[in-house]
Amino acid sequence: MRPLTYAAPATAAEAVSAVSGDPQSRFLGGGTNLVDHLKLGVSTPGRLVDISRLPLDTVEQTEAGVRIGTNVRNSDLAAHPLLRSGWPGVSRALLAGASGQIRNQATTGGNLLQRTRCVYFQDVTTPCNKREPGSGCSALEGYGRYNAVLGASEACVATHPSDLAVALTALDAVVVVLGPEGERRVPMADLHTLPGHHPEIETTLSHGELITAVELPATPLARQSTYVKTRDRASYAFALVSVAAALTLDDDGTVADIALAWGGVAHKPWRATRAEAGLRGRRPDEPAIAAAVEDELQGAAFAPDTEYKRPLLRGATTAALSRLLGGLDGTPYGTPDGRPGGTPGGTSAGEESR
Amino acid sequence: MEHVAAHHPDHESPHTAEHVPEQGITLRIDGTDHALTVDTRTTLLDALRERAGNTSPKKGCDHGQCGSCTVLLDGRRHLTCLALAVAYDGAEIVTAAGLAGPGEEGDLHPVQQAFITHDGFQCGYCTPGQVCSAVGMLEEAGRGAPSHVTADLEADVELTDEEIRERMSGNLCRCGAYAGILGAIRESAGR
Repeated sequence: MRPLTYAAPATAAEAVSAVSGDPQSRFLGGGTNLVDHLKLGVSTPGRLVDISRLPLDTVEQTEAGVRIGTNVRNSDLAAHPLLRSGWPGVSRALLAGASGQIRNQATTGGNLLQRTRCVYFQDVTTPCNKREPGSGCSALEGYGRYNAVLGASEACVATHPSDLAVALTALDAVVVVLGPEGERRVPMADLHTLPGHHPEIETTLSHGELITAVELPATPLARQSTYVKTRDRASYAFALVSVAAALTLDDDGTVADIALAWGGVAHKPWRATRAEAGLRGRRPDEPAIAAAVEDELQGAAFAPDTEYKRPLLRGATTAALSRLLGGLDGTPYGTPDGRPGGTPGGTSAGEESR
Repeated sequence: MEHVAAHHPDHESPHTAEHVPEQGITLRIDGTDHALTVDTRTTLLDALRERAGNTSPKKGCDHGQCGSCTVLLDGRRHLTCLALAVAYDGAEIVTAAGLAGPGEEGDLHPVQQAFITHDGFQCGYCTPGQVCSAVGMLEEAGRGAPSHVTADLEADVELTDEEIRERMSGNLCRCGAYAGILGAIRESAGR
């Protein structure tokens, strides 16, 4: 590990000033990703500016919804009564991520800014355009199970690993950012970027800009939200694909409003706007959901290693919406053995590994 | 407060063998204060083991994947391998070695005794992390914190076997003593 100095400024403004004025400085939050990258040599800052103890750690009800301080730990946010009732999909996304210990440590802002788990990005002995621009992409013809299928480029097929970010994207969160020039608000959908020719650029934030809070609007849709994550083992693994979904119905059983976002498919959380449009005003039965998913995948590029994500997205999206439909019908969230219950067309289409 | 002189990129680089930034910290470990001067790169795990001489937390993967370095940090279960010691100045740490309260029978915490009763280990390497994680997990569940497998996010938590397995998924046991670990925690949860 490269030698580094450590500073813990007393205010967010001082932290922003320290990092924005020094290309070698980086913010340190909970450290669950960055400290690992220091060990691996993926990240080599000369100075860490610790923001993890700044008092940006409250969840506050606002007129429009809820404001979440960047230092609120993932476990505390998931368990917060406001989130559990008003934004259950956000709670569920957090609970599907990492482990109990890591959720106690990881912060809200840090979760959004965690880096891809592409094995080549994390292995400094291999070419990676994200880690070392121009060196090439090892994942294109290497281990590709976790590769992106939407919005990727020849330079990079990495996926964004956050579960929280997927739920926040579906529910129209806004990220509050403090920079040297003051505060600005970034819609969650605009926070992360697609790789294009510059996969080393991952967000629309400038060096030294600090996420200080995340705001979520309170909506009837958000109250009817959930999160389904598929993975290679039952727990404590990154998503193969994941789905954040929210749904309200009209009296005739057709979709009044819907929000869908996918994880594990792109360099950023993927808001499935075409699928949403295809389901709005329709009965959300299995054929309609399958067609909407297929429509969203019009521009997708599958490789042999990622072809499995097509049926998995169909199944996971169906499972997420079925879970919500079960809930809307008054059926409990799940059956006693934990399987999704109350689905319109049987449970066979959705298979969430636990 | 900034303990170390600010980095001046245009002047002498701190990234040389001669200049290894160090910092003074205090950690309260199992009830005893330890004043340490650490290389800023030192993890909390290495500070505990190599500097404070507390080898209860174990270095398994050193990458946050196995849970064997788990301690209670300010009362919550926490990895020590993905933590830089300088960022935890003033923290109160309880390792498995310090879990037992004074006068507890055989100097064992009830969760530790349950692990023995239920054969919750074979080689024992993951055990200190498992025990600390279990104690932290029981406290979380007692506060009503839901998990990934909790059906109703707003209902009371019932620590079923499925719940225990999910909540303990951050602690791996390569001997595969999970059945005993589950039994130990089930008993500790009062079931």
